[in-house]
Amino acid sequence: MIISILYYLLTGYIALLIIWNLVKSKKWQEEILYIIILMPFLLRLFRLK
Amino acid sequence: MAYVKLTTLRKIVFSLAGVALMLFAGISFYRIRHLKEPVVLGQGVTQVKKLSDYFKGIKGTINDSYVYMLEGEEAGGTVLVIGGTHPEEPAARLAAWIFTENALLEQGKLLVILSANRSATTVTRLGGAYPPDYTIETPWGGQKFRMGDRWSNPLDQWPDPEVYIHYPSRQELAYIDIRNLNRTWPGRPNGTLTEKTCFAIIQLIKEENVDIAIDLHEAELQYPVISTIVAHQNGQDLAAMASMMISGMEGFDIGMENSPEALHGLSHREIGDHTDAISLLLEAPEPMLDATRGRTDRALLLEGKDEFIVKAGKHGLLFEKMDENGWPIDKRVGRHCSTILQIIELWSEEHQEKALIIKNVPRYKEIIAKGTGAFLHNPATAASNRIKYE
Repeated sequence: MIISILYYLLTGYIALLIIWNLVKSKKWQEEILYIIILMPFLLRLFRLK
Repeated sequence: MAYVKLTTLRKIVFSLAGVALMLFAGISFYRIRHLKEPVVLGQGVTQVKKLSDYFKGIKGTINDSYVYMLEGEEAGGTVLVIGGTHPEEPAARLAAWIFTENALLEQGKLLVILSANRSATTVTRLGGAYPPDYTIETPWGGQKFRMGDRWSNPLDQWPDPEVYIHYPSRQELAYIDIRNLNRTWPGRPNGTLTEKTCFAIIQLIKEENVDIAIDLHEAELQYPVISTIVAHQNGQDLAAMASMMISGMEGFDIGMENSPEALHGLSHREIGDHTDAISLLLEAPEPMLDATRGRTDRALLLEGKDEFIVKAGKHGLLFEKMDENGWPIDKRVGRHCSTILQIIELWSEEHQEKALIIKNVPRYKEIIAKGTGAFLHNPATAASNRIKYE
């Protein structure tokens, strides 16, 4: 249970890093990439998949 | 300034597109996780218990599944039918469904679990592009079922370890199989959700003095353990006799294999080792599970037709016959129903004091003739106290 909670915290942290990179990015290709890779992290955080 | 605004606007548009995509997928995932599958309790169902009645540690979890009890007026033996160990093998659940909604017991006790790993019914294989559900046509309309997966939903048990060490054998198994209900027997009370589920079923088997536990499965045609009864050594005679009788009387062939003594975590090994019950596992062919399949859709799941698997058969890569007629769901469900009935009939002949007499369950030929849906009952016309939702 504790390990599971830690993994959710880790997932949230990585999701924030991806969002931060998205905000700072200057290239549209990278922006699309960040949005795509962000999805599984958010789906897990929202407990949908 | 204009450049900054353009970049910001672009990011907003991309983000909104991403949110739309995520919502589209997320709603689909949410709906299937919460889809209710009605079970119309047949006249033979005398009690409905839950796994937590046998092990409190599973109470309140998604795997606190129903146990349907069908009891005859005359005392006799007890048989447990386990469906939904691997929900992506739908003939297993559907055969168990037919027993629950139709069977009438004159002697003995039949226990049926439709969703042994209920968590695994709420997710499909990650990256597998599986259909989320399937519908069985019935005379009163279609009944929708969750497609499910082989493993417990990661939302209920996460993360997986680097290496899964089976309890109590300490055998090393694939890491993902820590969420596989047929690799975590006999389970333990303080383990993962999947291990606790196995432990609860083991407690059920002990408390109810189950004589025979039958775990229903389906297998890919490229897997050698197919169209067979896998038997613990305590059930070899029964399985061998059932194999002979079925091949002679029911209109299909089924083999018999011994449960390997050194392979741990599987029901046919651990139930037999850790309880007094005879442990058997039935396998029917399911082309959708084959790696060389074509499009993975509902038609393949229900009709079992696939040109690529036919071609694999022509190259000698299959362990079961495969032609243009495929392996439709009715054939697979019918195999399970007839095999269970034959096993129980043979057991009852040899053990008069522990016999089971079961009526009103269709056999292989009848299910093929009428379809699986003919034996599913309409929840709209059933009394509300005779409906449960899986």
